Amino acid sequence: MNPTAYAARLGTSRGWTEFKIGLRSADELGFKLTFALSFALVLYFQRDSTVDGTTQSLASTVLPSILGMMVVAGSALGAAGALSVEREDGTLLRAKAIPNGMIGYFSAKVTSVTLDTAIGLTLILGAGLIFVPELLSTDVTRWLALIGFAALGLLATLPWGAVVGSLVRSPQAAGGLTMLAIGALTAISGIFYPITALAGWVQGIAQVFPIYWLGHGMRWALLPDSAVTAEIGASWRPVETIGVLVAWAVVGLLVAPPILRAIARRESGSAVEERRHRAMQRVG
Amino acid sequence: MSSQLDAHVPSAHPHDHDAVVQVHDLRMRYGAKDVLDGVDLTIHRGEVITLLGPNGAGKTTTIEILEGFRMRSAGDVRVLGTDPAAGDEHWRARIGIVLQSWRDHGKWRVRDLLHHLGRFYSPYSSPDRDRPVRTDHLIDMVGLGEQADQRVSKLSGGQRRRLDVAIGIVGRPELLFLDEPTAGLDPHARREFHDLVHRLADLEDTTILLTTHDLHEAEKLADRILILAGGRIVADGSADQLARSVSNHAEVRWSRDGEFYVHPTDDATAFVRELFSQHGDKIGDLEVRRASLEDTYMSLVHRFETGHDDGTVVPLERNPR
Repeated sequence: MNPTAYAARLGTSRGWTEFKIGLRSADELGFKLTFALSFALVLYFQRDSTVDGTTQSLASTVLPSILGMMVVAGSALGAAGALSVEREDGTLLRAKAIPNGMIGYFSAKVTSVTLDTAIGLTLILGAGLIFVPELLSTDVTRWLALIGFAALGLLATLPWGAVVGSLVRSPQAAGGLTMLAIGALTAISGIFYPITALAGWVQGIAQVFPIYWLGHGMRWALLPDSAVTAEIGASWRPVETIGVLVAWAVVGLLVAPPILRAIARRESGSAVEERRHRAMQRVG
Repeated sequence: MSSQLDAHVPSAHPHDHDAVVQVHDLRMRYGAKDVLDGVDLTIHRGEVITLLGPNGAGKTTTIEILEGFRMRSAGDVRVLGTDPAAGDEHWRARIGIVLQSWRDHGKWRVRDLLHHLGRFYSPYSSPDRDRPVRTDHLIDMVGLGEQADQRVSKLSGGQRRRLDVAIGIVGRPELLFLDEPTAGLDPHARREFHDLVHRLADLEDTTILLTTHDLHEAEKLADRILILAGGRIVADGSADQLARSVSNHAEVRWSRDGEFYVHPTDDATAFVRELFSQHGDKIGDLEVRRASLEDTYMSLVHRFETGHDDGTVVPLERNPR
C-alpha cells in the first residue's frame, strides 16, 4: 500500500481511539448527555403546542430542526476546537515530526469528529423520540435520507471549522467565534420556531448558510407532507438543500487544504513553546 | 528563495561521505536582525554533538532549520544528504526529533501512543534498519515498563521526558535532535537520561545533536562541543580542546610542611618542575586544575559579547575519530 493511503488508514484508527477515549471520559460523555437532555426538555415543554395553521405539534418540527443544527455544531465546533487545542498543546507538531503524520492527523480528525457528531445526534434523537413518538413511524427511505443529509452536512461544515481552528490564536477564541456564529445562525434559521415568522430579509440571510438547509432537509425527511405549510413558500426543497450543501462542501474543500498546509508548515518547537507561554499567562 | 539557494555551493565538503549534517554559511534574518550570520558546521556519523550558547544565540533556530521546521534566509544545508527545506517523508522517517511534551495526548496510554506513532514508520523499514522499534523493547529502553499502561497525563516530569525520547526514537532514526532535553529534570532523572543518550549512540548507531544550557551535561555527553554566539560558531572541539584553546591558565595546589598553597600559572608544567627542583620530597597533595568548561565558555562568550572577537573560529584540531 502506498504510504499516503497507509497513513490515512492509521489516521482512521487513531480517530477511533480518540472517540473511545472520549466515551470513557466522564466529563465529555456527561456534556453530551446534558446537551441531549436539555433539548429533550425543550421538546417536553413544546409537546402540547401546535405550529400555527397546522395540526403538527411544535415538538415534532423542532426535533428534526435540532438534528440539522447539531450536525453543524458537532462538525464545525468539533473541528475548530480540536485544531485550535491541538495546535496549542503540540499534538499537531508531533504529527508533523513523523512521516506522513499530518495525513494521519487530519484523517483522524475527520473520523473522530464524524463519530462524535453521530453519537451526539443519536443521543438527541433517542431522547427526543420519547416526546414525539409519531416520528417513529417514519419510512426507512426517509431515515436513510436523514443520514445522507447528515453526511453531506458534515462535509459542508467540517472544513470550515478546521479553517477557523487554524486561523485563530487560541482555543478560547476558536470556541467563542464558532459558538457565536452557530448561535446567531440558529436564531435566524427557524430551528426552534418556523422561519416564516421572521422578516423576509432575515430569511434571505438564513438561506445562505447550511444550518437552515440542514434543518429543512431533516424536516423534509421526518415530517408528513402536510407540515409543508410552515416552510418558506409552502414547499419542500430537497434538491435545493443538496445544492446549497454541496456548494459549501466544494468551496470548503478547496479553501481548507492550503490553509491547513500553511499552518502545518509554520509549526515548530518554538512556535508551540510561544503558545504554551501565552496559555500559561492566560491561566496565571 | 530556492533559486538563491541553488546558486550556492553544492555542498560544504563534497568529499565528506561520512557527514550526516553539513552546513555552510547558514544565515537567518528576522526583519533587520541577523540571528544566524554565517554558521558552518559538520557532524559525522555516530557523533554526539552539543550545541552550547547564550540565550538568543540562535541554537533553537539552527536546530529547527536542520529539522526542516523552519526556512532559512540563505546558506547551504544538507541533512542526511538532503536539503531539509525539501525533505520528503522518506527523509523525515530517517530523523528523530525529541519534542517537549506539555499536555498533548494526555488521555492516551503510554503503550498505545508509542504503538500508534511507530506504525507510521513501518513503510520505511529496511533490512539494516528495522522500523519501528518494537513497542515493548522501546518501553524497556526508556525505562517506562511500570508506566506502560498508564495515561500520559499521570506521568511525572521525568517519565514524561522519557516518553518524549521514546517518541523521538520510535522510528530508529539515523539522526536524533534534542532541544534542551533535560530542562526541568531533577538530578536523578538527568543521570538516567544521560545513560540513555550513551546507549543510543553506542548501540543504535544514532548520530545525536542536542542543545543545552548545562555545561556539565555538555562535557559529559558530547564527543564534540560547538559554541554558538552572536550568530556564528565561535568554538568547535572536545571539552578538553576548548579549554586549552582559550588559555593555558591553570591553578596549582600543593602542600609543604603542613601548609597549603595555591598558585595560578599559565605554564603549569614549568611551574611544577620548578617546584620539585626547589623542594623535592617535601611537596605533597599536588593538584593541577585546568580551566573548566565553564571558565572556557564564560571567557569565549564574554570575549564575543564585549566585541573583542576578531570574527574567526578558535582554531582547533579536529576530534580524532
